[in-house]
Amino acid sequence: MKGNINWFKYSSPQTFYPLAGTLAPWFGALAAVFGAAGLYIGFFVAPTDYQQGEAYRIIFIHVPAAWMSMFLYLVMAFWAGAGLMFNTRLSGMMASALAPTGALFTFIALWTGSLWGKPMWGTYWVWDARLTSELILLFLYFGFMALQAAIDDARRADRAGAVLALVGVVNVPVIYFSVQWWNTLHQGASVSLTKAPTMAATMFAGMIVMAFGFWFYSIAVTLLRVRCIVLERERNSEWVTEYARDFR
Amino acid sequence: MNWGGWSDFFAMGGYAFYVWGSYAVTFGLLVMEIVLLLRRRRKARAQLVLSRGRRNP
Amino acid sequence: MLAVLRCVIRRDLLLAARRRSDVLTVLLFFVIVVSLFPLGAGPEPALLRTIAPGVIWVAALLASMLALNRLFAQDHADGTLEQMLLSATPLGLIVAAKVLAHWLVSGLPLVLMAPVLALQFDLPLPYFGVLVLSLALGTPVLSLIGAIGAALTLGVRGGGALLALLVLPLYVPVLIIGAGAVEAMASGLGAQAYLLLLAAFLVVAAAFAPWVAAVALRISVE
Repeated sequence: MKGNINWFKYSSPQTFYPLAGTLAPWFGALAAVFGAAGLYIGFFVAPTDYQQGEAYRIIFIHVPAAWMSMFLYLVMAFWAGAGLMFNTRLSGMMASALAPTGALFTFIALWTGSLWGKPMWGTYWVWDARLTSELILLFLYFGFMALQAAIDDARRADRAGAVLALVGVVNVPVIYFSVQWWNTLHQGASVSLTKAPTMAATMFAGMIVMAFGFWFYSIAVTLLRVRCIVLERERNSEWVTEYARDFR
Repeated sequence: MNWGGWSDFFAMGGYAFYVWGSYAVTFGLLVMEIVLLLRRRRKARAQLVLSRGRRNP
Repeated sequence: MLAVLRCVIRRDLLLAARRRSDVLTVLLFFVIVVSLFPLGAGPEPALLRTIAPGVIWVAALLASMLALNRLFAQDHADGTLEQMLLSATPLGLIVAAKVLAHWLVSGLPLVLMAPVLALQFDLPLPYFGVLVLSLALGTPVLSLIGAIGAALTLGVRGGGALLALLVLPLYVPVLIIGAGAVEAMASGLGAQAYLLLLAAFLVVAAAFAPWVAAVALRISVE
């Protein structure tokens, strides 16, 4: 039938490479805009918190980074699983491209949470359910990257990493729901998909805008990284050698 | 506007260490990620130039 | 099919019996690691009584992890593993049988040794039952999860350290619940919930881990 959309057009490294190159700068620009807007809201619009003073402003990084850490892991596991099931090279490359950014946001969430915890609870760290499972998430990211780095054959590395990522997926709901299941130190959720948020509207807006900023940043960086991975892995293919003809 | 002036802004109500420690490290890490990525890109392209040189001496 | 599984278990037990040093080394490691803590943290009895369940659990976890490379590596080296992959018996079942044999040799001794070590820490006698039961339920889970890690890292450089990095994050829930069982008993809450949760872990792990490890084995060998 004429006009049929070929959904799989971009599922080969060769076609995806230029697409990623075109999209990445746009997402980078979006990230900069949303980041600037989020910071503006966070510092100049949102009021001082009654209980926590100015220290609460860490929330504009901490919560979006935590959301990203979980979200990127799920996306990574999705692409890894897709690569495992459909035997597509690009899916595995996407998973590998997502891991470092996901690990970075996990670290940022832990770091900012720690610096927020000191003035708030009096301690830099506590072994409650949410912090512990976020720390485990960081180790899962590291394990994924270490496993892939240790295996020379790219196909085997992709598939082994996929198994590991999928086994670790169980951890993400544990992080998310841990504050409901165990009544420990970390505060409960103030943001829910179904109920109205229990915080000031401006604070909520700042968090959401920063979250979008981080999301667009992650997309831009992942697209750039997957391009690197494509060049590294497909270097012997004809289209890459042709493409590289113009390199200095 | 929340701040009486720049000094108030930097002081963050006494929590400057925690707030700016968070923001600075975050910003630094994101910049580092981009820098490392650009280096990786440069290296990948250089590898391709090298192998092209080996193919067409 | 049962005959094949019986054969696999018998073979693994026989091989372990012939290389008794492998098995004993793991047990000795367990004992030594447990003994390090009073030396490092000070011999004060109240402190030791508090940390005993955690220390014994961590040492059992590490010892169990050390033993994992015996699970598939030898069979991979002499070609038996490929035959298992080609066998008509489902690979998941073969893996389950191997893990059972592995646990009998590397996990069960730890469970049996634990009370002796608990004596070293002056753990009160009533807690021995919960400690042993938590280990009896938990160490098979560790072996099952560890089998996935061992299958993924088969023949990969980085060896034991890489396996540890992969497997320890997955071990953490088991550790928290297992060691927590004795703590719960000590604080009067009762260990029943924790032990039931461990039993649930065991059932889920026994159902899924052999199959996942089989997938990982095919990825590693083919």
